[in-house]
Amino acid sequence: MNLLIVEIESLTKVYESKLRVVAVDGIDLELKQGEIFGLLGPNGAGKTTTISIATTRTLPTSGTVRINGIDVVKHPAHARRHIGVVPQFNTLDRSLTVYENLYYHCRYFGFSHGQAKSRSMELLSQFLLTERKEVYPAQLSGGLAQRVQIARAIAHRPAVLFLDEPSAGLDPQSRMAMWTAVEGLRKEGITVLLTTHYMEEADSLSDRLAIIDYGRVLALGSPEKLKSTFGAQTIFDLTLKSHEGLEPVIATLKAREDVTNAEATADGLRVIAATSEGLLPDLVQMAARFGLRDLKITEPSLETVFIQLTGRDLRE
Amino acid sequence: MNSSGETVNRDARLHGSGIFLKAFLGLFLRDLRVLTRELIPFLLRVGMQPLLFLFVFTFILPRMAGGNPMASGAGPSFGTIILPGLMAVAIMFSGIAAVALPLSSEFGITREIDDRVMCPLPLWAVALEKVCFSAMQSIIAALLVIPMAYYIPAVPVKADVANWFLLALVLVLASLLAGSLGLVIGSTVNPKQIGLVFSIIVVPITFLGCVYYTWAGLEKIRWLQIGVLFNPIVYMSEGLRAAVTPAIDHMPWPAILVALVFFTAALGRLGLRGFLRRVLS
Repeated sequence: MNLLIVEIESLTKVYESKLRVVAVDGIDLELKQGEIFGLLGPNGAGKTTTISIATTRTLPTSGTVRINGIDVVKHPAHARRHIGVVPQFNTLDRSLTVYENLYYHCRYFGFSHGQAKSRSMELLSQFLLTERKEVYPAQLSGGLAQRVQIARAIAHRPAVLFLDEPSAGLDPQSRMAMWTAVEGLRKEGITVLLTTHYMEEADSLSDRLAIIDYGRVLALGSPEKLKSTFGAQTIFDLTLKSHEGLEPVIATLKAREDVTNAEATADGLRVIAATSEGLLPDLVQMAARFGLRDLKITEPSLETVFIQLTGRDLRE
Repeated sequence: MNSSGETVNRDARLHGSGIFLKAFLGLFLRDLRVLTRELIPFLLRVGMQPLLFLFVFTFILPRMAGGNPMASGAGPSFGTIILPGLMAVAIMFSGIAAVALPLSSEFGITREIDDRVMCPLPLWAVALEKVCFSAMQSIIAALLVIPMAYYIPAVPVKADVANWFLLALVLVLASLLAGSLGLVIGSTVNPKQIGLVFSIIVVPITFLGCVYYTWAGLEKIRWLQIGVLFNPIVYMSEGLRAAVTPAIDHMPWPAILVALVFFTAALGRLGLRGFLRRVLS
């Protein structure tokens, strides 16, 4: 079945204040049923704004978003029935226990007492939270709270789950546990849209992903496709003491067959190449004259795709 | 379980307003659960002020020799004057405590409001639920004052309700008004300043709200008598006076009802605007 669960068309969001900020600048996306879709981009790229609009929390400047065929601007309350959200921060109800957080969430979505109770118990066991059902959110670690949030978000069986930076602030172990939980959702056939600025997360979790920056989609496809299309290349970042006389060197490098691009950076030199074979010794030799301080090699990955597309590091 | 869940979805799609009603009920049940867990603090919160007030002004002072002006001048009837006034104060304080305080923290760092805002209900209904739930608490708080006024004062004050319908109407309207005021405060004031709001808004409107004296009694201070007409608490006190102690001078009840409706609508609108601004960008 190739049902479209999320349809985003020509979406824009402009914040008009003293400083005019174009947070989303014409995004088009379609999510098929059951896929895990990643929105990858640096902070401020427009990921969270896009999710806020899709989850009825922000009004777009123009464009439309449909969830399960329902326009989120025209019918927000109806659209919300098909939406599950795990926001960036812990928004669990502090006055309720873990069990009650799930139970009342179900009641908000029209479940009867019996339905809400059995659904909550089912989720507690699915997310290995049964022992902690009587605990209050304030007593939970970040990783556990995140798990409760995911359980709560899917409690009403939404068509699509939005995960906004799900691993932000999690320790590596909790992050792995969260990934496992998301992988588990794939089996249930839930469509997932997750935002992240972690390459590994996008790479390992997403069926497809969109790289976005400055509110625009720069590339779209499966991680493999992106890596092959944008010729995932090796990136050499050289930190040099002296920058004088680099121009001719750059010209020489560009002339080489194995070099795709070479450019001066604030710290020294960046060389993008199809292979590191043979190039590395030459680079080191060449750089010695300029006082080579450091050399960073980034192996082909989504990160190199990203750097090629945007000209900047994801974590900059 | 799977099939019953799907039934819920399908049914809800067919009956849009049905799910709204259920969502509203769900929010109400959640608030009820939280309230029952804190029942004793709730009762102490709403009961302490009228309890002490009645004890000091209608029990201790009348027994003190040497003629405290308030005690001797106002005499036993002071209890009768302040019974409706204390009910009004109870309504207002619990309205603010039930809406403004939780909202201002839920909008704050914890963003707990998010899950409720994401339920399948129009946003105005989420705000309305808060106001309705607080109205329920206000009504309980107000009714608690009646037995206190009977047992504590030196001379028992009896509620003399002639028109139960008027009492119910005034109680409900006054409680909704208090909830709306709570919504305005909760959605516009940042949590750090909520204490300040109590000092500069809540306390003055209480003292100038015809709580401890009747509106008719202000006759000799004409400017104040007109000035307080802009204070919604006045209509709560006077409305309860008309309903609970009709023998005491009070404003005509139709005027009171019109004013209560007007202030509820105006504050509700303002509060809703603030609420929407906080949850929708």
